[in-house]
This record gives sequence, structure tokens and C-alpha cells, in this order.
Amino acid sequence: MTWNWNYVVESLPAIFQGMWITLGLTIACYLFAMLFGFVWTFVRRIPWRPLQMIIAFIMEFIRSTPPLVQLFFLYYAWPMVPYVGLTLDPITVAIIGLGVHFSTYIAEIYRSGIESIDKGQWEAATALNLSLKDKWTKIILPQAIPPTIPMLGNYLIIMFKEVPLTSTIGVAGMLHMANNFGSKNFAYLEPLTLVAVFFLVMSYPTAVLFRKLEQRMNRRFDKNNPTGKIDKGVVT
Amino acid sequence: MAKPIAVYNDVHKSFGEVEVLKGIDLEIAPAEKVALIGPSGSGKTTIIRMLMTLEQPTSGTIVVDGQYLWHMEKNGELVPANEKHLRQVRGDIGMVFQHFNLFPHMSILENCMVAPINVKGVPKKEARQRSVEMLEKVGLGDKLDDYPSQLSGGQKQRVAMARALVMRPKIMLFDEVTSALDPELVGEVLEVIRDIAREGEMAMVLVTHEMDFARDIADRVVFLDEGRIAEQGTPEQVLENSESERLNSFLSRFRS
Repeated sequence: MTWNWNYVVESLPAIFQGMWITLGLTIACYLFAMLFGFVWTFVRRIPWRPLQMIIAFIMEFIRSTPPLVQLFFLYYAWPMVPYVGLTLDPITVAIIGLGVHFSTYIAEIYRSGIESIDKGQWEAATALNLSLKDKWTKIILPQAIPPTIPMLGNYLIIMFKEVPLTSTIGVAGMLHMANNFGSKNFAYLEPLTLVAVFFLVMSYPTAVLFRKLEQRMNRRFDKNNPTGKIDKGVVT
Repeated sequence: MAKPIAVYNDVHKSFGEVEVLKGIDLEIAPAEKVALIGPSGSGKTTIIRMLMTLEQPTSGTIVVDGQYLWHMEKNGELVPANEKHLRQVRGDIGMVFQHFNLFPHMSILENCMVAPINVKGVPKKEARQRSVEMLEKVGLGDKLDDYPSQLSGGQKQRVAMARALVMRPKIMLFDEVTSALDPELVGEVLEVIRDIAREGEMAMVLVTHEMDFARDIADRVVFLDEGRIAEQGTPEQVLENSESERLNSFLSRFRS
């Protein structure tokens, strides 16, 4: 079997079609996970022990089960659950399933960002009599978010690479389309290679973009450091 | 003595099993300058942190300008204060911290402007003007757009004072504000505090280890020992003419 460039060109339309689904789904899952991550983070901060324990347990449960199992459960088993069962289309299942799964990791990132802020910042905000809302939006979050950007970027790339899991429940993403195209012609080498190359071509620039974004955020905070690169040796 | 601006009434504070304050009774008059001195662990910082609502007393009451701080009256009974009540009462109080606690993501001008604008609803232009004036007063009029990371410790502490003063508190609390500074920077910070004290109207409570400074600006010096007020009086009475053995052994450490 040899590499056939004509076949590569023939397979492109199908793969492109799938690529848009994969990209759109990645962004939808990611936004869902970022928003839902906030929900976990703030519910966990409610100072009521039983609630904190329940939330911690649920998060641990979601994190400790494979996303593929969660997708299968939501798609095949959920409709059979009495009273609360619902039949959802594959795209919705994909967004909720992957979104919720990764929201538990993203919540952890938010938490580490928030906890990295010195207690003195809260105290100064209290001493100035800022409202709870202003403490969060003007003092804590603007400092807590920038250092988490590289980690959030990593998760975008990880999610992007997990999205092909959804082909198992029939979402016609890039992998799905390439596989179908290959099986029609009994030749998988070119379409599947293309899929791998496309994933690489999109992941790498995203990683670079997030690095740039982080530097820009740092620069905003520190005019002494025009490159924005973090140098832990600088005396603050 | 005029109607006091702050009154501590049998205030106790425990951290877990350890009781750091064992019944504090203290009155602070408007415009009075009080220096709190004492060995470390004697509870002096805790006293002002409770007034700033950063620590809650275990028991006892604190009254600020006629209003309970940590309690509110409901159907004739005292119940624990909610955040709304705390916000209302603590508006009269400002604080400067040992470690400055400037907001690193804001320029020093923004550090000063954030509270007047968001807490008191001062128009942006006026907040800016007030902040600039205050920063000029502490000698930093040429650094308005600098960020805290660009300043020395002494400059940071002066910004922190300007930031608190812009809110025009009736009581200012100073928590060992020179302890984290290099020795050569202590003077510039004390000089600013002296200026503020001279202006008069505001009550000031200073936790300090600078005895000469305390003697210089305080109307009253309060010596704390093991969670109790052991001695108090004018600087001359406490720092020079006391017969208390504990106090004199404490003071001897500051004499060279």
C-alpha cells in the first residue's frame, strides 16, 4: 500500500466537514466547563460542612469515572431512568458529558488561583470597606485569573483531544468522518493521517496563543517587566 | 473626656484553646492618639484587628461612635452583626498593615481611588483629585502611575496610608507599620504619621515598637501584658516613671 495524493485530496471535503463539528464542539464543551467550573468553585466556598462534603464527593466521583463511560451513560442509560430520564441528541450529550467532566478539573484550577491570593489582600479590601462583590471582581479575581491561564489553556487542548470520544455516540466529528470515508474505500491510511496532522496543526498554535495571552496579562500588572515573562527572582 | 469614639467592654478573644485577650476595657476619645506597646503575643495587634472587624471577639462588646460593632440591636436584644451592619459601622475605621497589602494589579493612584469610588460613590474625577492630593501629601505625587512592585517598602507604606486616609476615617489603626521596613526607611514613614497626627482630628491607635516615636506623638501609652492592660497613662508616666517590674523589664530592651 502506498501513499496516494489524489486520495488525500478526495478525502479532504469530508474531513473538513467533520473538523468544523470537532472545533465547534470543543469550544462549546470548553465554555460549558469554564462556566460550570465557577459553579463548583463558589458552591464549595459556602461555609456549610455537609454541603462541602457532598460537592467534594460528587466532584471526585465525576473525576474518577472515565469520560467515555459518562458519555455512554448519558446517551444510552439516562433515557431509561424513570421520572428524570431524558433522550438527548448526541451533540447535547457530548457538550454536557465532556463539559461536566472537565468542569471538575477547571474548578480545581480556579480554586488554586483563588487560594494563591494572600490573606492580606482580603484584609485590605475589608479595611477599605469594599462590598463582597467588589472584593471579588476588583481585587481577588483580577489577580487570581492570570496565573491560571496556562493551565486553562492546557485543558482546552486536552478537551480538544478528547472530543473524538464522542464519535462513539455518533457525533460526526473529524475522526468519525475520516473513518467513514476510509471504510467506504477500504483505505484508512490517508484520511486518518490527515486527522492526526490536523489535530497537531490546531493544538500547537493554541498552546502558543495561550502563552502569549499569559504574558500579556502579566504585563498589564507589572510595568517593570515589559516582557511579561514571570521571573520568580524579582523582588516585589 | 469627650464622648469616646471607641469603647471596648470586657473583650475576650481566644484562638482555639489559647486565650490571647483576657478582658480588655479601653476607651478611645475622638482625636486621641493611643500607642499600644507590649511584648509579642501580648495581644496588641488582636485589639486593633477586632476594631477593623478582621477578628471577631469571643465575648464582650465594642462600640464605635455610639454603635455596637460586632452586635446589632434587634427587639431590644443584642444579636451578632450581619455583614450589612459591619459595613455601616466600619466605614469610620481605616487601617495600615505591617505588610502594606497594596493591590499589586493597580497603580498607586488606582489603589487610592478604588474605595472612594466603589464604597462611597465619590465621582471618579473627585476621587482622583482627592487621591492625588493625598499622595502628594505623603510625598509620592510623582509616582501616581507606578505600580507597587516599583516602590521601596517605605514608599509602599506611605501609599497604604494615603489609601486609608482618602476614605477619611474617624479612627486610623496602625499595625506595626514600620516592622517590615529596612531601618533606613523607617524614618520617612514615621515622619508621615507624625504629620497626620499633628493635623489632629482623627483618632489614632498605633501598635508599635518605636518607643521614642510613641513618646513623641501619643497622648496615652497602653502597656499590654499577657492579654491584659497592665499599665496605661501619659507617655511620661508609662515610659519613664513606672514602678511596674514587668513594664520596666520590657522597656529595658529598648534602651541602649
